[in-house]
Amino acid sequence: MSLLSVKDLAVRYGDLIGVGAVTLAVEAGQIVALLGANGAGKTTTLNAIAGLVPPAGGQILWQGKPIQGLPAHQIVSRGIALSPEGWRLFTGQSVEANLRLGATRLADRKQLPHRLDHVFTLFPRLAERRRQQAGTMSGGERQMLALGRALMSAPKLLLLDEPSLGLAPAVVEQVFATLLRLKAEGLTLLLAEQSAELALEVADRAYVLQTGATVLSGTGAELAGNAEVRRAYLGG
Amino acid sequence: MILVQLVTDGLLVGAVYALLSSGLTLIWGMMNVVNFAHGDFVMLAMYVAFIAVTTLAIGPALFVPLAALVLFGVGVVVYYALIRNVMRGPMLAQILSTFGLGLVLRYAMFWVFSANFVSLPDTLVGGVLSVDGLRLQYSRLLAGVVALLLTAALHLMLTRTALGSRLLAVAEDRTAAMLVGIRPDPMQALAWGIGAACAGVAGALIALFFYISPLVGDSLVLIAFVTVCLGGFGSVPGALFAGLAIGVIESLSSWFIGAAWKDVVVYGLFLLALWVRPQGLLGKS
Ligand SMILES: Nc1ncnc2c1ncn2[C@@H]1O[C@H](COP(=O)(O)OP(=O)(O)O)[C@@H](O)[C@H]1O
Ligand SMILES: [Mg+2]
Repeated sequence: MSLLSVKDLAVRYGDLIGVGAVTLAVEAGQIVALLGANGAGKTTTLNAIAGLVPPAGGQILWQGKPIQGLPAHQIVSRGIALSPEGWRLFTGQSVEANLRLGATRLADRKQLPHRLDHVFTLFPRLAERRRQQAGTMSGGERQMLALGRALMSAPKLLLLDEPSLGLAPAVVEQVFATLLRLKAEGLTLLLAEQSAELALEVADRAYVLQTGATVLSGTGAELAGNAEVRRAYLGG
Repeated sequence: MILVQLVTDGLLVGAVYALLSSGLTLIWGMMNVVNFAHGDFVMLAMYVAFIAVTTLAIGPALFVPLAALVLFGVGVVVYYALIRNVMRGPMLAQILSTFGLGLVLRYAMFWVFSANFVSLPDTLVGGVLSVDGLRLQYSRLLAGVVALLLTAALHLMLTRTALGSRLLAVAEDRTAAMLVGIRPDPMQALAWGIGAACAGVAGALIALFFYISPLVGDSLVLIAFVTVCLGGFGSVPGALFAGLAIGVIESLSSWFIGAAWKDVVVYGLFLLALWVRPQGLLGKS
């Protein structure tokens, strides 16, 4: 049984179709990449899993049980955290306050200091800036904070929406190194990316979305070697 | 000497304006809804004080918390019964719904109490404190100090507690708040409860030295709007400084220019300030 499996997911925005038929599976301990051009439906898929938008059809199974349509706070409680597109930090509050908010659904409150320590070990930069307002930080620091905030709920599955977007290449390298480290610690990751090259480097498995439907899937290496994927996403 | 007296009087009334406006600015900051019924919440609280004093014969130590409690309940009920639904509608529906709520409240009071002015016995908190030639009515002193402390407490709650952090999180980004596992509905209901309770305490305090009528909220809510605009929408410290400033300006202009003109001065300065800084004097640009 997969940790997460999505079958024929459909999401509508009024009359518009967000996604029509997304199917994917995430095995525990893997990094899974969700690829596709702008508008393919990556964000919509992640948001539906996270409970931000209600599915119009299909199934989302978490450890074998349906979770589609559950409100976001119940999804977080079950162990799925999303670091959203554009980070969506609480810019008026401090770094530490943002992290503490991330732990809103942490069932065992005694764990909170340990979670904070964990995040500060991963990102010493955040420890240095713990009293600083989130809105005053650089792009790379914001990405770290968004990741850290999501990790504060002690998730089993981390959903990441475009972690490399708008970041300098050196910072992107750092972020991906952190993702591999999280994987080594036992975390499972589902990663939406427009830039397929980096994602395929770290991914155990990848799915390609096109206009709201899964059109290709395979291991990272298979897709990296796939002519169609190379042409569409890797520029040759 | 007269200047010190006028400024002190102004600050005491201004503190009450600050508390009143903090409630309005909190609700605005949380969900971008202007509560046009805010003045009627104040009026309601004044009648709560009146009824409590006439039927239970209790003093401000009890009727002020009672008014806070009743209005907190009113705020929560109003959120769940009315606001939550109209939030899905267009802006105009939101404006008209709180406006309509205010009308219902005031005409309900006309119906029960008629248009007669009533007031609390002025012996309730009577007497005058004299220090160095400064003369302060105990009723206004009590109102000003309590209002100031509560406004400061609200600010500390918002900025220093986990609950405040959650409220601010919903205020800034409802979706992000949901993502970290906060349910926005109870937070918004709480904001309405606290906002209405601010109006409640302010109303009960004002009743100590002001007449009570179904329309008494009108002038007060206008002051609150001015305060919120000047202080920056959604800012409690802004409301505090703006409230104090307006109290002092009122006090000075009614002495030097005439009581009939103080409103013209306040609203005139308000328009001027908005023209110069549309985001509020203390608001972020
Ligand atoms: N809030 C929304 N309202 C209406 N349409 C939307 C909304 N969000 C996304 N869409 C549409 O849904 C489709 C998928 O978008 P999205 O999930 O953001 O794709 P991606 O993340 O892959 O770029 C697009 O056609 C987009 O225009
Ligand atoms: Mg996207």
